[in-house]
Amino acid sequence: MAVIAEPVTAQLKRSSLWSRAFESRNFLGAMFMVPAIAILILFLAYPLALGFWLGMTDTKIGGVGRYIGFANFVSLSKDSVFWLSVFNTIFYTVFASIVKFAIGLYLALLLNERLPFKSMVRAIVLLPFVVPTVLSAIAFWWIYDSQFSIISWVLIKAGLLTNYIDFLGDPWNARWSVVLANIWRGVPFVAITLLAGLQTISPSLYEAANLDGATNMQRFRHITLPMLSPIIAVVMTFSVLMTFTDFQLIYTITRGGPINATHLMATLSFQRAITGGNLGEGAAISNAMIPFLVAAILLSFFGLQRSRWQQGGRD
Amino acid sequence: MSDFDRRSVLKAGLGGAALLAGPGVVPVRAAEWTNTPEPNASIRVLRWKQFIQAEFDKFAEQTKKFSEKTGIKVKLEAESWEDIRPKAAVAANVGAGPDLIIGTLDDPHKFPEKLIDVTDVAQYLGAQYGGWYPVAEKYGKKGNGWIAIPQGATGGCLNYRISHMKAAGFEEFPKDTAGFLKLCQALKKNNTPPGFALGHATGDANGWCQWALWAFGGKVVNEKNEVVLDSPETIAALEYVKQLYATFIPGVLSWNDSNNNKAFLNGELSLTLNGISIWTVGKTSPDPKQQEIAKDMDHAPMPIGPVGKPTEQQNILVYYGYKHSKYPKAVKEYIKFMMDKENYDAWEVASNGYVSPPLPAYNDNPVWTSDPKITPYRDCLKRCLDNGYAGDLGYASAAVMGDFVVVDMFAEAASGSATPQEAAKRAAERAKRYYQV
Repeated sequence: MAVIAEPVTAQLKRSSLWSRAFESRNFLGAMFMVPAIAILILFLAYPLALGFWLGMTDTKIGGVGRYIGFANFVSLSKDSVFWLSVFNTIFYTVFASIVKFAIGLYLALLLNERLPFKSMVRAIVLLPFVVPTVLSAIAFWWIYDSQFSIISWVLIKAGLLTNYIDFLGDPWNARWSVVLANIWRGVPFVAITLLAGLQTISPSLYEAANLDGATNMQRFRHITLPMLSPIIAVVMTFSVLMTFTDFQLIYTITRGGPINATHLMATLSFQRAITGGNLGEGAAISNAMIPFLVAAILLSFFGLQRSRWQQGGRD
Repeated sequence: MSDFDRRSVLKAGLGGAALLAGPGVVPVRAAEWTNTPEPNASIRVLRWKQFIQAEFDKFAEQTKKFSEKTGIKVKLEAESWEDIRPKAAVAANVGAGPDLIIGTLDDPHKFPEKLIDVTDVAQYLGAQYGGWYPVAEKYGKKGNGWIAIPQGATGGCLNYRISHMKAAGFEEFPKDTAGFLKLCQALKKNNTPPGFALGHATGDANGWCQWALWAFGGKVVNEKNEVVLDSPETIAALEYVKQLYATFIPGVLSWNDSNNNKAFLNGELSLTLNGISIWTVGKTSPDPKQQEIAKDMDHAPMPIGPVGKPTEQQNILVYYGYKHSKYPKAVKEYIKFMMDKENYDAWEVASNGYVSPPLPAYNDNPVWTSDPKITPYRDCLKRCLDNGYAGDLGYASAAVMGDFVVVDMFAEAASGSATPQEAAKRAAERAKRYYQV
């Protein structure tokens, strides 16, 4: 009997431990976190760590790489095409992000007013964001075509031009052309998100400002902008990140040409890793994007979310 | 004429064997094929997307015939060859995906250890049909074994408007680079310009830029795989292309592989490098304007430069099976079936000569002489060099091409964004980074 009783007691002990653990808020909380943590590790942390590791190796497609330390980065530091891609990426991100913000904010303010057919106008504003990126990229590729461009055709028919514009065949024309395509594609995201932010601002604040005789500009500067700044921080962080890491638009419209004038770091990374077969170097280029992205995030969160500034005060 | 030499040698060999066997003996077969595919095999095949619908339809029809004959199920998929390369790379890296890919150029040489040894298929086909073109053999072989079977090449020839050439004062298409430049200059003068892709166009831009480099004796590497791109021969090629570029239609710096087709069929282009698809599409188009263009066009091989021999670069298509396949014997059976002359010939007729054959014995297909406009495409593999020339095929040659090192060099020099000397130096530095590994 004693032989049987002992395991039963142990079992009861274990079971009560298990049951008691589930009664603990801390333990239960941790258990609920497990799936989320597993997903984060599997799909975010692991690929990121693998990318870091690959960047430190000479891995070729289908092969096992050796650890080579910072050799890829040293090699890239002497690579003129890499530095051109860094310049292109910064140029593309800065100009596209500034213009997207300006147009997006203007549209958001407009859509926040009492407009006829407001819902329809909002739907139209959202359209570029609804169209798959590749389809809009193909549309822009045609719009910029050296022989069939609708823009050139219209201008020639209107008597304003004699020759077709070489949108994608000239390095600077090509840079501005892809920036414009990105702006068209990115404005709805900025506009709609800022509109959502605008609608959370209490009308009573504007009423009080009106009673105090505030002008439109004063209302915008002292109420709208500070109240909107947390949303602006989030929107611009995402906008900068998405622009900096853009791939589809560039790859479809120019494939990095002409003469690498539109190669972004993301497209160059793909070209070196996949078509070129050098996974190590491709990963190193991707890793080289991280400091820029971290700087953009820090700027947004520590720069735009300063509490005094949000409340309308000066720093 | 290396093809006739090989065939005559084989014929002589067979004749000798028959004599030795004595009268009344059934002639010795050139090759034996002994392969027993795995039972209940099922394979996934990924191939390049068609430019000519009838070609793909015939390929699919023959695949079905293969399944009916062997019981091997085949799932056939198609992607543009730009998209096949990443998929092939991922399949090699993760060890999963299609069992067999029909891709391009030296991709198999980037991951040879991941591929099924197809030496037996290559030896069978070579012996049965009188040997491979040397360039096909180079693309298929790694060391002494074969890792890929060349399917042919989507041959590239010069596509030109006959009436425009005649108006420019040429009765025949020039056969050398000097005459070719004169023709381009005359076409430009007549406002009927030529145009060659100088953007990141995998097929067309790489095709004609490599031709120009090699035509003047330039090359990325020598036989020891040492980078020798920054050379007087390369500068001569760049100077030549700079003069050619001055005659081109505007916008070629942005062109990808489809731009010249569109411009040609719209009547804006008189001369370009392309496969036979412009003519085929024009001929079968319901648009009378495009039909007229097709009637007025012809094809020619790339002119010969100061090196005195053809120096074309062609888009070679290659079958390669992965070791991760559960049915490697079925994969080999499929390649063998599709490459057998009877099936290949029928497919070639359907494609209207879109693929230049890798085995000279396949040149007797009537499609090549059914219209003289098709004939120049027949011998593309006879005239071409491999993209690793004069070195080996492998990671570095693929990377140099994949990173558009040669195309960018010509684009820089031609557009004036760098002098030929600067462009050659920069390109040599880029190439060294790959060949130093």
